[in-house]
Amino acid sequence: MRRSWFLTIAATLGFAFLYAPIISLVVFSFNESSLVTVWSGFSTKWYGALLADPQILGAAWLSLQVAFVAATIAVVLGTLCAVALVRFRRFRGRTMLAATVAAPLVMPDVITGLSLLLLFVAMEGIFGWPAGRGLMTIIIAHATFCMAYVVVVVQSRLTDLDLSLEEAAMDLGATPVRVFFDITLPIIAPALISGWLLAFTLSLDDLVIASFVSGPGSSTLPMVIFSKVRLGVSPDVNALATIIIGFVTLGVVAATLLQRRSRPKHPLP
Amino acid sequence: MVKNPQLAIDTRPWRDPTATPFVRLRNVTKKFGDIFAVSDVSLDIYKSELFCLLGGSGSGKSTLLRMLAGFEQPTAGTIEIDGQDMTHVPPYNRPVNMMFQSYALFPHMNVEQNIAYGLKRDGLPRAEIAERVAELLTLVKLQGYGARTPHQLSGGQRQRVALARALAKRPKLLLLDEPLGALDKKLREETQFELVKIQETLGVTFIVVTHDQEEAMSLATRIGVMDQGEIAMIGEPTDIYEFPNSKFVAGFIGSVNMVEGVVTEDEPGHVRIRSEELGCDIYVGHGVDCAPDQRLSWAIRPEKLALSRERPAGRFDANVTQGTVEEISYLGDVSVYQVLLASGKRLRVTQTNTMRGNPDAITWDEAVYLTWGDSAGSVLTV
Repeated sequence: MRRSWFLTIAATLGFAFLYAPIISLVVFSFNESSLVTVWSGFSTKWYGALLADPQILGAAWLSLQVAFVAATIAVVLGTLCAVALVRFRRFRGRTMLAATVAAPLVMPDVITGLSLLLLFVAMEGIFGWPAGRGLMTIIIAHATFCMAYVVVVVQSRLTDLDLSLEEAAMDLGATPVRVFFDITLPIIAPALISGWLLAFTLSLDDLVIASFVSGPGSSTLPMVIFSKVRLGVSPDVNALATIIIGFVTLGVVAATLLQRRSRPKHPLP
Repeated sequence: MVKNPQLAIDTRPWRDPTATPFVRLRNVTKKFGDIFAVSDVSLDIYKSELFCLLGGSGSGKSTLLRMLAGFEQPTAGTIEIDGQDMTHVPPYNRPVNMMFQSYALFPHMNVEQNIAYGLKRDGLPRAEIAERVAELLTLVKLQGYGARTPHQLSGGQRQRVALARALAKRPKLLLLDEPLGALDKKLREETQFELVKIQETLGVTFIVVTHDQEEAMSLATRIGVMDQGEIAMIGEPTDIYEFPNSKFVAGFIGSVNMVEGVVTEDEPGHVRIRSEELGCDIYVGHGVDCAPDQRLSWAIRPEKLALSRERPAGRFDANVTQGTVEEISYLGDVSVYQVLLASGKRLRVTQTNTMRGNPDAITWDEAVYLTWGDSAGSVLTV
């Protein structure tokens, strides 16, 4: 079938609208000039400058740590939650749980951040933990909102999973715990990995929630960039942003591929 | 393996009142909410039997099977397997294995790993497992397929892997849920005989759930017909077909002509029923548990009716009626005639096509006589 010229134009415009700013950012990260908007020649010197900046390196390391731990916690809790939602057909408060799990997906970050901050302050007052704001509170906050995404991803995979597979394993002598590790987990593993990658990416991206719950000396990468940009855009921020875009793209592509692979091409009858 | 010649009674323990059943269900009931999926089922199944639970969808046959496997707990009643009470034993501790309708092969394991899974759970040594897996692959004729994944197999091959996996642990009792349901007709017929052969060689007790009456008839030593959570009849295939105990069973298995009538003579040696629908009397050559003037049903299979152009010499002034051929369906081996009687009742009659291209065959719109023997039909009071 011949593609209509209308569709071609629509697609081009759509992509341009989405990616023109990103492309210009990537292009200008290789600009020689220290003026962001004036092109004066190709150079990778801003990438070099980036590596020499201890503040940015520190923040990047912190962000990676937070993203790694938060994504891992989110996957463990999110998977348990998804199993509960899918496997136990009816229990008190199931609809409630399903709704509250999905809520953070649509909750404005400002509200999530603020409510978590208030919670942490109150908890510190009552239990004395977590003491002050910092790495720990950012990890908890990120795990909380990332969990919602993990639940959605894992839940859809679990719903597709044939219950008789688990019954068959049990019939062959596996205890329920054994069944979970032998059958359920390997089959939903691609969904877990893609959920983890998604959570990792989301955590790496987050500025608003982290700003609320971080403390002195624990600024994540997005927070550092934001504060730098407030003092005027410098080309090294462009370079940094390009690197982040690279990471995020890799994460999202990997997550998508895994999720596609986890669905059997020829479903068993 | 040389089989000793056996007397019929040896292979039919259910006819021996002193035999001990292998599986005993006692008043088993299962409720889902307010609905009785299975209600008050009592059933004895003997060692090495191939017992078929036959019924339509929602008849409770699958629920009964799932209770035997341990996936469902009975609301009331007990399940005993090999003399042990299994009612509340979880599925992983039962000497029972199940072959699932969807086969439920583990998609992330290959054929060998699928078959070995149950053996590994028993903690058998590796060499022994490998040996047993090879043995099973030979049994189901899948040598050389061990390294394939379920996705790389055809429907028939998956079915055989599922069977091998279910047999791996040498279960005392094998449950099969619609084992041939997902296969096409030709493959189903072949597999059917293979299944019986395997069952006979291994001597394992099989309980098969099916909705396909032909499958049940050809597989089973005995059939339990289920209807609305209850067992409507238990018997050998011939009993179920030739001597149904109710209108439901007669109508469910095979095709049947059913007419109503009133008892006019009730003697210990014979019964006479007047049927308006048939337009004649029915003479039954044996005593029936009924009373004079009782309304009841009489059922006869299409192949038990004889069709002729000339009036046959009827005995007892009964068992002969008249009609016109309305419809003929030629099925190759047999032809099914639909005969319209004077009362408006239609009877189905099958005739075997013994002669090739018979030019003298009875054809459309011919007036014909129908006759039957004095024990060809069943008198049904329920």
